[in-house]
Amino acid sequence: MEFGPHLMLAVLEGAVTAAVLALMASGLSLVFGVMRVVNVAHGQFFMLGAVLAWAVSSALGGGAVGFVAALLLAPVIAGALAVAADLTVLKRVGYDPERTIVATIGLLYILQQAALMTYGPEARPVAPPFNDRLALPWIEFGPEGPGLIWPWGLSITSYKLFVMGAAAAVLAGLWALMTRTGIGLVMRATQLDRETAQAFGIPVERVYAGVFGLGAALAALAGVLIVPIQQAHYLMGGDALLLSFIVVIIGGLGSLGGTVIAALLIGLSDGIVSVFFSPTLAKILATLLVALVLVFRPEGLMGKAAR
Amino acid sequence: MRGGRLIGLHLGLVAVLFALNFVLPAYSHGTVARVMVLATYAMGYNILFGYTGLLSLGHAMFFAAGMYGLAMPMTHLGLGAGPALLTGIGSAAVLSLGVGLLALRTRGVAFMIVTLMFSQAAWLTILLAGRWTRGDEGVVIPQADRMLLGLDLSDPSTRYLAALALFSAVLFGTLWLVRQPIGRVLVAIRENEDRAELLGYDTFRHKLGAVVLSGTVSGAAGAAYGLFFGYAGASFAETHYSIFPLLWVLLGGAGTVIGPFLGTLFMFYLIDLTSGLTPAYMLVAGVALVLLTLFAPQGLAGEIRRRWWRGLP
Amino acid sequence: MSALLSTRALSRSFGGLRAVHEVDLDLGPGEVRALIGPNGAGKTTFVSMLIGRVAPSSGRVLFDGQDITRRPAHARVRLGLAYTFQITSVFARLPVAENVALAARRRLGRDRAAVAAEVARTLGRVGLTGREKIAAADLSYGHQRLLELAMGLAQAPRLLILDEPTQGLSEPEIETFKALVRTLAGETAILLIEHNMGVVMELADRITVLDAGVVLAEGAPAAIRADARVQAAYLGTAADA
Repeated sequence: MEFGPHLMLAVLEGAVTAAVLALMASGLSLVFGVMRVVNVAHGQFFMLGAVLAWAVSSALGGGAVGFVAALLLAPVIAGALAVAADLTVLKRVGYDPERTIVATIGLLYILQQAALMTYGPEARPVAPPFNDRLALPWIEFGPEGPGLIWPWGLSITSYKLFVMGAAAAVLAGLWALMTRTGIGLVMRATQLDRETAQAFGIPVERVYAGVFGLGAALAALAGVLIVPIQQAHYLMGGDALLLSFIVVIIGGLGSLGGTVIAALLIGLSDGIVSVFFSPTLAKILATLLVALVLVFRPEGLMGKAAR
Repeated sequence: MRGGRLIGLHLGLVAVLFALNFVLPAYSHGTVARVMVLATYAMGYNILFGYTGLLSLGHAMFFAAGMYGLAMPMTHLGLGAGPALLTGIGSAAVLSLGVGLLALRTRGVAFMIVTLMFSQAAWLTILLAGRWTRGDEGVVIPQADRMLLGLDLSDPSTRYLAALALFSAVLFGTLWLVRQPIGRVLVAIRENEDRAELLGYDTFRHKLGAVVLSGTVSGAAGAAYGLFFGYAGASFAETHYSIFPLLWVLLGGAGTVIGPFLGTLFMFYLIDLTSGLTPAYMLVAGVALVLLTLFAPQGLAGEIRRRWWRGLP
Repeated sequence: MSALLSTRALSRSFGGLRAVHEVDLDLGPGEVRALIGPNGAGKTTFVSMLIGRVAPSSGRVLFDGQDITRRPAHARVRLGLAYTFQITSVFARLPVAENVALAARRRLGRDRAAVAAEVARTLGRVGLTGREKIAAADLSYGHQRLLELAMGLAQAPRLLILDEPTQGLSEPEIETFKALVRTLAGETAILLIEHNMGVVMELADRITVLDAGVVLAEGAPAAIRADARVQAAYLGTAADA
């Protein structure tokens, strides 16, 4: 393949990554935005989504039915687990930022190791419900002027297009929830000032539990969506967490719009950079970039100064 | 109440560990030697977390800097063990100075994430430099090279005593430090940084000093681990190894001199036992972290201090 | 002029809001100066700029002839400024004696005996002798304010900035505080931010009135009491309280 089509393929692959990443990171960002705590176990809910997708779809004999069931069930189960963790652990440490991080590190290992004990160390695939290969054209400037060609290998599957569409739909729904509904209003009020919200009769603890659950559900949904593309494995949460951190920090902690833009940026550049360079080097550069953003521009590249 | 009893307690610990050299069965003998080196790492971590109040999630990079700062010149340049120990410690000192200068511009949660990110980058760099580091597989330091001042560190008893010497030096060093004015300032920063600044203490420089000291001690432990056990591998740079000292210190008691040792000893044996039963042995670490956060944020030595001995440093 | 502390056109705005605007102030050695004004007049912002907790938008701060506008807080403290917080800020989990020792040690260094003597002397002065070993958090609120004061004194400052020191104190505690401040005459200059007019009128050599970020009036207590503008802006509502 020539450079142009190669680049386009990288962009498309990157867009899939970006879609999944945006879902995951928006969950992390939501939790930080409203609760002011960092959920280090967030990547494990992503892993949980993927593992549950395998469990549900193989229990139902695979196929489209199993996948749709997983799409609905996995986020609910992960969300319920997160609510339980919030009520038994985070609430009891009073959402103190540092103690919450230590507790969610503990939660990280509990979830990850529980997956190892039950699901095992294997990586397992889930068949996508549909997977038609769609060849894509490329414009070539030949001696007779521009014309369409169909380079071999330049294609995308219908499932990958579905992932992008589904992520966009869920994010739009999340945005509508936050800005257009009473629940969103309550969440934003809690985010602005916990004490005042409480004084106005907002059940802050229930909001927190709900937000923590919703954040985990978003991660799990991302996990379900990715599993037909990338197999489910009990260690897959680590990289996912790191990438989400990168996205959330570059996009500005707690800003949904910034998160989506940053996910696109990171997803696309990850796709492009790792096609042309060593993926390890790409990760090193991305990690260092994020650390430096936090050091020199803690409000994120796109965010406004906090408070 | 100053002095005597305290020195007695810590000397007693060292004496017991010394006596154990002669009575422990082979397996435990090796384990305790390892625990002493890892407890040194935990004590290094404790200087920053326990006494200065800065929670780092990236100390594995300092441990690994010591380990690779020792192993790389030994493997590729034929450097002797003694000078290599110094290059190891020096690498950790330089790295912690650089990381401190950058990371200390942030506070709280951002500090934790910045250190995590730097450490992740360090681990990936070790993998990227696989030509020299051999990545996850790691490099073995041949037995013949593990000679320090005429002592053969591959001999179990020599290795045990060398580990004890390092451990004791850092134990008494910490005990001395925290009773010095400078140690008191670190505690003051932990308790109320604004107030410390407005008593005229340059809190940034004190925190930077704490990062460098903590990172250097951690690196010394890493270098010693590589030298004593003849191996340097990328797994020591992974996030696990940043979480471990946090767990050990929390369990033993943050901000106590003896706590890191207690925590390392208990947790090491607990994980050792569990790993015989299941590959999911890190479950124990996870459960311990949650339980400690919920029920005993002071740790073992912290509980002792709260209940019986208020002056325990 | 041999002013100890001077500000020149010192200003600070927060996003367009002028909290402090071009304040000139001169405070002599050993002087007790009160800074008063209604809530939101910019008093706390102003002293925060003196001590280095808030950076000025423009203007200068001079201490003992040196321009300290860009110096960090700890460097200013080393020159001889001391600050007690409006909201009690002590090392809550450390013993009372260690709180004061931290303040004294910066000046006296490693000399344990000198530090211990200074701690004993200062705690005696504020009347906290006998409470050395309890944690600062276990002191009553009034005693915590006294501890703050002791931490200020143990630094042997040349200018002690007291931000609302009598807030929340009982009447007898306020009497103790006033007596203590009188004993400091000649030892250190004092800048007193205070709401309690009785305390201000009794202790201050001079009073500066801040209103909406600018200096409204400055003068001896009697003159300030008589100033019509001050009465209109401030005293008219607060003097009866």
